Amino acid sequence: MSEIADLECRELSKSFLDFQAVKDVSFSVPKGTFFSILGPSGCGKTTLLRMIAGFQEPSSGDLLIKNKSVLDVPPNKRPVSMVFQHLALFPMMNIAANVGFGLRQRGVDKREIEKRVETVLERVGLPGVGNRSINQLSGGQKQRVAIARCMVLEPDVLLLDEPLGALDLKLREHMKIELKKLQAEFNTTFVYITHDQSEALVMSDQIAVMNHGVFEQIGTARELYYQPKTAFVAGFVGEANKYDAKVTAKNGDALKLVTGDGVELSGLDAVGGLNEGDRAQVFVRPEAIKISRKQADIKGMDNGHSGEIESILFNGANSQLLLRDNSNGAQINITMPQTGEFRDLTKGDNVYFGWEAEQTRCYLADKVS
Amino acid sequence: MTSDKSKLGFFLLLSPLLLWLMTLIILPHVGMFFVSISEKVGVRQYETGFGNYAVFFNEPLYWNTFARTAYMSIAATFLTLLIGFPVAYYIAKLTKGRTKTTLFLMCLIPFWVSELVRTFGWMILLRETGVVSNFLQYIGLVDGPIEFLYNDAAIMTGLVYTSMLFMVVPLVTTLDSLDDSLIEAGYDLGGNGYTILREIIIPHAMPGIVSGCIVVFMLSLGNYLTPILLGGKDSLWFTGLIYSQFITRFNWELGSAFGFLLLGLSSLIVFVGLKLSRQSLTETMGR
Repeated sequence: MSEIADLECRELSKSFLDFQAVKDVSFSVPKGTFFSILGPSGCGKTTLLRMIAGFQEPSSGDLLIKNKSVLDVPPNKRPVSMVFQHLALFPMMNIAANVGFGLRQRGVDKREIEKRVETVLERVGLPGVGNRSINQLSGGQKQRVAIARCMVLEPDVLLLDEPLGALDLKLREHMKIELKKLQAEFNTTFVYITHDQSEALVMSDQIAVMNHGVFEQIGTARELYYQPKTAFVAGFVGEANKYDAKVTAKNGDALKLVTGDGVELSGLDAVGGLNEGDRAQVFVRPEAIKISRKQADIKGMDNGHSGEIESILFNGANSQLLLRDNSNGAQINITMPQTGEFRDLTKGDNVYFGWEAEQTRCYLADKVS
Repeated sequence: MTSDKSKLGFFLLLSPLLLWLMTLIILPHVGMFFVSISEKVGVRQYETGFGNYAVFFNEPLYWNTFARTAYMSIAATFLTLLIGFPVAYYIAKLTKGRTKTTLFLMCLIPFWVSELVRTFGWMILLRETGVVSNFLQYIGLVDGPIEFLYNDAAIMTGLVYTSMLFMVVPLVTTLDSLDDSLIEAGYDLGGNGYTILREIIIPHAMPGIVSGCIVVFMLSLGNYLTPILLGGKDSLWFTGLIYSQFITRFNWELGSAFGFLLLGLSSLIVFVGLKLSRQSLTETMGR
């Protein structure tokens, strides 16, 4: 990773008339990385991508590709290619002409174009479709043609703007794997933006979580999931039960908190900086909570409660239980264990549940709320 | 029973169109055709034959005028396309919301005035004692008054001006339907303004271009007022010839033959144009 980064942003900002879409974003993407930018809609991720592609000019900051600033390079000369949200395949051309478009612009010899187009179509798994029209392809095939159209130019960086958004669920699941394979196959740096966390988590080497124009955290999928650094990341990536609580005691990283309903919690100061009396946001993953029919099973745990099952959200392996806490009436979401032991749980049953303090990540609450 | 009723409704709704086509288009043309193939051999004595058409081909003035009308109309169509395309592109792609509506309306506003008045407007501008001539004298570019009227350029100006809207409207409609991301993708893949225009924008806009061209060409070919008023007595426009045969010479037989020749010409050129641009009439007009 010591070599030159394929793409580097230095304090990149973009302001529109009345608001700042991207604020001082800095990151670098090493060669061959699948880098995702994950964020809710309106967080500025599309603006960021369009700046990298060259369609929008940053208000300040610098953008480097292979250590060279590309701020003055127009989009048609930048060594980046983009797969558009709706793919933007040219309906007036057949597939070979679509894929060969970029090469034609570069003045490559006609024979050579034919050869390279066929090669790249083979690599994306669509050999011999060159003479077909765009409308004869399925959604997933169009996707691959769009990628082939970019990859034939051998760009340093491939940008993908939520290309899976328009596909149905089954195909989307399939294309996730496909995209990851293609990325490994071409060994090109991919910058992928999405609002779908599972796309980002499954495919990426590195993920940046973006919110309100800033990067909240950059890390691997595991880091983001298990060690979120901000309350936003903890809430956005994966599912979590959330409490608002007040810190009552502090001993190193270990915290004692009490919620508004008077429930006492033991937690972990996730990023440091919480003090007695602070208001905190507390996150507990549904799968971190253990349930049992016997109170003894959860006796040793830092947080122990009992509750009544309000509903069972059955979804095969991802089934969840919604419980109403007996002591305070708060709702809590628990992943149903897959061991079969709880297969016969029904609505209205009373169970005990508990979790460790380590799994209870606490963050300083926003001043405003 | 219901199917009978709905059939009745269908024919009732269709009847105004059928009436219009029958009484105003087909019947007069059938009548004109019979007039055109009757030769006058004496007072109120007619014989059937193609003599009137022969007159056309034997008189160079007639078919020269005929050819001139055709190529002037084609030139006017191309000129309208050349000027109309950037205008339409600007309206469709580079403006939004209110500005777009306003610009579109500004193209339309001249058509609230009758064509006669608009043509007189051009005459006021272009005549010897007109605005342009006076202005050039005022700023000292020329010594004496200049006559801008009564030449081909004046006719061309008038024709392009008259038909601009009919080019801009179909072009705006088709360009509007072009997804911006296609243009961006073109740039992203290394295209420049020219290649994107040639490979993406024009192929997409082709139905609009062709339908605009057909309408403008037919309007120009059949235009009477503009060439006569702006071109004067030398305008040599085929519609002028038809007019004079009918009204001045009372030679309805020859006039009808001319009418049919013009109909044949416009159909032929539209057909050739469609073949050259590889478009079909249903595709271009069906949009």
